[in-house]
Amino acid sequence: MLSRTADHLYWMARYIERAENAARVLDVTYNMSLVPTATGNDADLWQAAVEITGNIEAFERDYGTANAKNVIQYLTMDSNNSSSIYSALRSARENARAVRVTMTTETWENINALWLEFDQFLRKDLTAEGLGEFCDWVKARSHLFRGVCFGTMLRDEAFSFVRLGTFIERADNTARLLNIKYDFLMPVQYQMGGAVDYYEWSAVLRSVSAFQAYQKIYSDAIDPVRVSELLVLRHDMPRSLHACYDEIMPIIEQVAANRQSETKRLAGELHAKLHYGKMQDIFQHGLHEFLESFIHSNHVLGEEIQRSFLSATV
Amino acid sequence: MSNTVEQFFDEMQAKVGDVRSIYKAYQSWLKNVPTQQLVAKRAEAELLFRRVGITFNVYGEADGAERLIPFDVIPRLISAKEWTHLSAGVVQRVRALNMFLHDIYHQQEIIQAGIVPYTILSNPQYRPEMFGVDVPNQIYAHIAGVDLVRTSESQFYVLEDNLRTPSGVSYMLENRKMMMRLFPDLFRQYSVAPVEHYPHVLLNNLRSVAQSGVQDPTIVLLSPGAYNSAYFEHAFLAQQMGIELVEGQDLFVRNNAVYMRTTQGPRRVDVIYRRIDDDFLDPLVFKPDSMLGVPGLLSVYRNGGVTLANAVGTGAADDKATYIYVPEMIKFYLNEEPILQNVPTYELSKEDDLAYVLDHLDELVVKEVQGSGGYGMLVGPAATKQELAEFKLRILSKPSSYIAQPTLALSTCPTLVEKGIAPRHVDLRPFVLSGKTVSVVPGGLCRVALKEGSLVVNSSQGGGTKDTWVLERDDTQPEKLTQTSKQSQKEEVAC
Repeated sequence: MLSRTADHLYWMARYIERAENAARVLDVTYNMSLVPTATGNDADLWQAAVEITGNIEAFERDYGTANAKNVIQYLTMDSNNSSSIYSALRSARENARAVRVTMTTETWENINALWLEFDQFLRKDLTAEGLGEFCDWVKARSHLFRGVCFGTMLRDEAFSFVRLGTFIERADNTARLLNIKYDFLMPVQYQMGGAVDYYEWSAVLRSVSAFQAYQKIYSDAIDPVRVSELLVLRHDMPRSLHACYDEIMPIIEQVAANRQSETKRLAGELHAKLHYGKMQDIFQHGLHEFLESFIHSNHVLGEEIQRSFLSATV
Repeated sequence: MSNTVEQFFDEMQAKVGDVRSIYKAYQSWLKNVPTQQLVAKRAEAELLFRRVGITFNVYGEADGAERLIPFDVIPRLISAKEWTHLSAGVVQRVRALNMFLHDIYHQQEIIQAGIVPYTILSNPQYRPEMFGVDVPNQIYAHIAGVDLVRTSESQFYVLEDNLRTPSGVSYMLENRKMMMRLFPDLFRQYSVAPVEHYPHVLLNNLRSVAQSGVQDPTIVLLSPGAYNSAYFEHAFLAQQMGIELVEGQDLFVRNNAVYMRTTQGPRRVDVIYRRIDDDFLDPLVFKPDSMLGVPGLLSVYRNGGVTLANAVGTGAADDKATYIYVPEMIKFYLNEEPILQNVPTYELSKEDDLAYVLDHLDELVVKEVQGSGGYGMLVGPAATKQELAEFKLRILSKPSSYIAQPTLALSTCPTLVEKGIAPRHVDLRPFVLSGKTVSVVPGGLCRVALKEGSLVVNSSQGGGTKDTWVLERDDTQPEKLTQTSKQSQKEEVAC
């Protein structure tokens, strides 16, 4: 298929996923800000939300202090922030519009309807009780988007690139979330097995819809090592890094089928680390280092995908 | 203007009360259908068109981003006999025009013979870059849209030949699909010649003009992109033919060949059905700031590494200054008498013609030689004194840029308007396809001027479209009322 078409489909999916993740982080941050915390510092909490989803320098330049009002505005409706929910959804729709004839009617109508519905939130005050409803709406819309793709698209390259976009973006977001939260929640003096704040770790789990899964699998106190395991190595946890690479790997194998491609090697390497990795080893070398390295490699894979398939520069 | 309607030939009733034989069955059906039912059918059609996204962008209008071309539910009928005449006429014309294009880019025999003046080569649409270039099968205009108008039972005229990137064929196809959905009963009564095979014929022709030696040519449709007014049509045709819809940025030139960027690497392109004007095709040769084209494309093309449809430089044969000579071309190249006539045309570069036209401006239609889309034209009888005076100055500033023609009494066709069913002026654009053979799908884009009295049918000027039914037999008899129309008759009584 045309590289440009694949590019639009891939980025459409990435932007939808990005909007969903921003909504998840916001929702959880807001809920956490209502609970008295161990650190007792609200600004850190809101600053973390910006670090996970956006550009902290740009935020500080435009807004100054990280508080609920500023961060919510920055991550929801700020058109100068290319990662705000507004910008992400608009970009998703623009990408869809450019290739609307190559996608199913249902997929196009779904994204178009999403954009038309977005209008109603522009006039609402999202700093108060409106935020929860808004975040729920973004998540529901994202679920609907994946559903309509899954339920209506031919299983061809177009579908592959849509899925690829979703999982590259999701892996990045989960890794960032865990990385920032880990720094934030785990002071240097933390020792494995020590006491942690139940609320804060449970909020992390909730932000990736993993709270119930955690209870079901471990049915034990919430422990950061297990949380990390769940979000990094568990293949059956749909937002974990491993699960994302279980999706990415066969897609790359398929689209790069007959070619020598760096994408295959990179994806394989990352997948192997997640597939065969042990949590103890990761902790020994430092979770933070592991996640930093993962975010970097995932980003390099994204660039490699862009280079080999989507811009097809020669 | 209300009394002028009777002066015009009407496609359904040649004279009041005298229904033309091919329309008898339709008219007897129509008179039993309440107008509200037609209005409801039209609303249904609009809803469906909007859902599919069959839209047209009108330039220079703030709200004109995505508009539907109004669709009229009353078809225009053409008898089998008329079609035999018309189709032979347009095919003959396109054959001659292709030979003319080959000639002016090679030996220029028609100029040497003194039939067409040398000045034709100073037309900006004449591309010296094409001189001496051989194109496959000597075909330049693979797709031609010939605009026909009618003024009486027996008189058709060719209004213009569109040989660059003629558009509108998607409406011919979509209007038919819509009519079959809305009025299946009528299709049972009439044997209407099908048009759905148009993309198939076009694809076969495009395949046949690939460079020699290419077994399974890769064909693409090159569009300016989603913001172009005819983007829907580009996407539609690409989809119907199963070829890639590409933009300039998707193509690149290497080693005297054109490639498209695909997820599986570069893929060689053999034939480009381009819907971009010459000027934008290659920034290295034409407009240097064009973002729509492909740098180096023309050099590959001139070396025979890729086929363009239509060829570069066809505009030299379809402007209004060349138009005048088409009947002579037919005689010269084909040694045949023209089947279809031109509209008598005054060339304002000639002094006598200029004097006459300036004296009779209020009776004539004046057009820019290179204008299209109904822009920059004067309809004398409909113009105010001030408009006439202003246009006179424009003509005098550059007479050779204009031609003038008598205001034609375009035929009318019954059309559903605000007030009910009323006659509105129509034209017809059949699409002539040239490959190994020259053919025309029975039908065309029928445009209708929706404003009362208006003679301008262009969609950019508020025109609409109709389905055109070319009949396979001319003896369709009115049937007894069908079940549905009986019911609707009752409803009408009940109202």
